[in-house]
Order: sequence, then C-alpha cells, then structure tokens
Amino acid sequence: MKTIQYYQRKKRVLRLLRGSMVFLLCVIFITPFIVMISTSFRTNSDAFTKPVSLLPRVWTLDNFPAAMKVIPYWKYMGNTLLITALSIIGNLLSTPMVAYSLAKIKWRGASIISGLLMATMMIPYSVTMIPLYKVYSALHLTNTYVPLILPTFFGSSYFIIIMRQFMTGISDSLLDAAKIDGANEFQRYLRIVLPLCKPAMTTVAIYAFMNAWSDYLAPMIYITKTEKLTLSLGLQQFMGEYSTDWARLMAAALIFVIPVVVFYIIFQRNFVQGVSTSGLKA
Amino acid sequence: MKKRVKQSVKDKRNNLNGFLFALPWIIGFLCFSIYPLASSLYYSFTSFSPVSDPVWIGMKNFQNIFQDPLVVKSLKNTLFMSFISTPLNLLCALCLALICARQQKAKGVVRTIYFLPSVIPMVAGTMVWIWMFDPTYGIINSVLAKLGIRGPAWLLDPKTTRWSLVMMGLWHVGTAMLVIMNAVQEVSSSYYEAAKIDGANVFDLFFHITIPGIAHVIVYQAILNLINSFQYFQQVYIIVRASSGNAIGLASGGPANSILMYPLYIFHNAFVYMDMGKASAMAWLLFLVVAAMTVIMIKVTKRVTEGMGGE
Repeated sequence: MKTIQYYQRKKRVLRLLRGSMVFLLCVIFITPFIVMISTSFRTNSDAFTKPVSLLPRVWTLDNFPAAMKVIPYWKYMGNTLLITALSIIGNLLSTPMVAYSLAKIKWRGASIISGLLMATMMIPYSVTMIPLYKVYSALHLTNTYVPLILPTFFGSSYFIIIMRQFMTGISDSLLDAAKIDGANEFQRYLRIVLPLCKPAMTTVAIYAFMNAWSDYLAPMIYITKTEKLTLSLGLQQFMGEYSTDWARLMAAALIFVIPVVVFYIIFQRNFVQGVSTSGLKA
Repeated sequence: MKKRVKQSVKDKRNNLNGFLFALPWIIGFLCFSIYPLASSLYYSFTSFSPVSDPVWIGMKNFQNIFQDPLVVKSLKNTLFMSFISTPLNLLCALCLALICARQQKAKGVVRTIYFLPSVIPMVAGTMVWIWMFDPTYGIINSVLAKLGIRGPAWLLDPKTTRWSLVMMGLWHVGTAMLVIMNAVQEVSSSYYEAAKIDGANVFDLFFHITIPGIAHVIVYQAILNLINSFQYFQQVYIIVRASSGNAIGLASGGPANSILMYPLYIFHNAFVYMDMGKASAMAWLLFLVVAAMTVIMIKVTKRVTEGMGGE
C-alpha cells in the first residue's frame, strides 16, 4: 500500500532532482563568464599551457594596464560614453511623446501607427543599411556619430511599445480633471503623464544604454577612423592573424562588460518588464 | 446639430494633437524605413558602388544572384540555422522554462544567471566563445578530454563550425525562456486543482492544461526566432573577422565558407566587393521572405489566441 510517506518521499526526490538540474545548468551558463574573468587574471603564457586549468596558476593584474596600451582604451571608452549618453537623451525625448499619442489621444492615426510599430521592427538591417549608408556618405557624415545617434531622436518602435503599454495603464480621470482645469494637451503630457512614467522611462533608459554601449553593426559600417572607434570595435583589434593575446583581450572585454552586468543586476526588474511586455529583446 | 459640430471640432483637434505628438516617429518612419526600403528596391535594378552613381541594368542582379554558387551556399547555411538551431533553441527554452517555473529556492538568482548571457554585449560574448572553442587550449575540449572524448576543432573545421554556432546560440536561450516562463506562471492554478480532483496525472496536466495555455506564446516565439535566424549576422561576422586576423578588406565565410550566412554575404557584396546593386537585390529578397513571415506570425498568433477563447 502506498502511504503518505511514500508520496512525500517521491516529492522530495523529484524536488532534489529538479534542484540539481537547475544548479548544473547554472554552472554551464556561467562558465563563459568564469573563463573571461580567469583568463584576464592570468599571463598569456599561462593561458597557452597544457593542461588547461580553469583558474590561473599564477594570478596577475598586468593584463589590465597592458590592454589599455594595445588600444587607446580610455579614448574609446569616452567615444562610447558620448554615443551612449546622447542616444539615451534622444530616446527619452522621443519615446514618451509618441507613446502618449498612441495611448492617450483618441485619433485616427493611433491604430495605424500601432500596427506599423511591430512591422518596422521586422525590417532587416541589411535592407536599410545600403541606402542609409549612401545618404550619410553623400552628406559627409560617415566617421561622425550622427548616423549612430540621429535615429534615437525619432523613437525606436521597441521602446514605444513598452512605453505605450505602461501609459495605457494610467487612469484617464487625472487627465480629464486637468482638462477641466484648462490644461492643454502638451501641459497634460508634461505635467501629469510624464512624471507618472518614471518606471517606464527607467526601463527605456536602461535598454538605450545597453543598446548603444554594445552596438557593433552601426559603428562598424560608419566609423573607420581609428581614433573615433567605439569599445565594441576596439576589442576586435586584439585579434591577430596568427595569434591573439587572449589574456589582454579578456581583460579589456571584462572592463567593457562590467558596467552592463552591474546595470543589469541593479535594474533586473526593468529588463524583465521589457521582455515580458513585448515578448522579445531589444 | 450643434453637438455634432462640437464633436467634429474636438475630433479635429485630437487628430492634430495626435499627429503632432507622433510626428517624430512618423518622420523617422519615412526617413529610416520607407525611404531606404523604396530606394533599396530601385538600387536592386542598378549597378553601383559607394563612389559611383546607380546605372539601370534591369534584372541582371537577380540573374547573377541565382547563378552565384555562394548565394546557394549562404542560403543553405542560413537555413541550417533556421531549421536546426532555432527549433533546438526553442525546445531548450521550453524545458528550462518548465523547470524554472516551479523552482522556489533562489528563484531570482537562477533567473539572473539564465538571462545574463542575453544582455552582455555580443562582441564580448562571442569572443569568449571563440576562446573556449580553441581546439588545444579551449576549456570545452579540455573538459571533453577529461571525459575521455577527443573534441573536434570546432570553429576551424567546416564540419563542426555550424554546430559551434548552435551551441553558442543555446547560451542565449534566456530571452525566450523568460517569456515562456511568464506564460507558464500565468496559467491559472485553479485549472490544475480542478483537473487533479478529476484524477488527472502529470502528463494530462502538461498536455491538456500547460501546453494549450502557453501555445500562443510558443508559436509567437517560434516564428520570431525563425525571422531572426534569417538575419543571423553579427556573431558570424565577429568570428570570421577574428579568424581572418582582423583584416577588414577580406571577405571570408569561415572554413570552406561553412558559416557564410546570407546576410553576411550581402554585407560582403556591399562593403567588400562594392557591388551595392547586387547586395540590394539580395537584401530585397530577404525582406520579402521576412515580410511574408511577419504577416504569417501576426495571423497565426491571432488565430491561436482566438482558438484559446480569446485570451
């Protein structure tokens, strides 16, 4: 006869099984990070010594200053920060405005634009890159940051979807009250809706930071001058034809990745919100 | 009568306000989507390089495309990603989501770890993988060696390059997992309670409650990932450029062109061979496929949702 104890034991075994599986998968997922960290604290000859060890045989900090000399690291960091700051500003200006139009104004275009938002996200970059490259180069804007920053001031569909979702949740009664008090549309937007949107604005800012900081494709197409490169392109310069100094590369990559990881851990809730609102990643 | 006039004045004002607030997006849409799409279509019937003006050549680009063996090769490689990597990814996402949805201990930490690979910059992530894939000094082969398996050359052997990409892709499973997990947790627990009382076993619960409850999300993710797989570019570009010693001018598709993806070949044509007409034609074909898939995605998602009783 199967007793209550039997079922309890079965349940406990199942839970243990699931727990150890989750743990094992965590280890696999985190291994690349461990490899990155451990490689950046070992000498290059240690990295190329058999047998391969997960942790450095000799710990060293030399890779970090050395990596800064292989590429003009701080210059690239400055360039990346400039682009990142400007694109955060651009997105924060444009996103809530458009979202307000879609969520809080009853007009004919709202449903049309809402339908087009998703569609524009699906347009392959390979299609738009050639005509846009031609326009920017005709305007002598290659090797400037204009092609990287300008689009953010016109609103990204992904951010608008997140913001619209958030604004739809804001009660109309506040807006109606303000309307009776004689506030016009812009005042209502600026004084009432915008202050209430702080959490969504944070989400947009965080995603804008991540996107600009990690952007690879656009800088690769538009920036060719060495002194104007961003960090994501700078990392590529560590790659040699015959051998790569992995210890230094990983040290450089680690410093490049740390701000992202820190932001992610602090603002994790915003990330989850973004993904679950739209069902996809920026 | 008076009321109607008032109404239409209000409508007009709303239309104007709505338009003005949406104006940034409308301008952006015209400049960064419509204009490039239209001119790209025109360019696909012309021959031009970054320094010369387009010259009309009719269908010649398209004829070239279909005769180019590398186009065929790149298509095959891309389809490999679409129909092997994508389903595998989704399956893993589903399994992980089901495991983690019920996980109580250290829930937050587990979620953080699974999602972390999806947020770190692609360049950094890809480079670590290139290093881990190193046949002699990489960690993957040394772990395999400890298990008594002689690991392959991964990114250096045309037989294993694409499988290496599949493995790399699995590391980014977090996004899909998170979305599916949310869906699993949203399935009302009262359904489970009711079914348990009726004597349903674990399999009944899974196939008759969980799966129908999350079907719309899975279909959506499947099509979305399929669309994304057609645009798989950055990782292979980083790998190819790393293996060619960072020489920008070199058009490479990895060992024996085994990871020459369709978008990568578009890029080579545009910015290495400077044949922007052909690249535009290739890009437009890609756009047509993606557009068709998107329409299907919207229709199917709608139908699945309606089939569930309009959730």
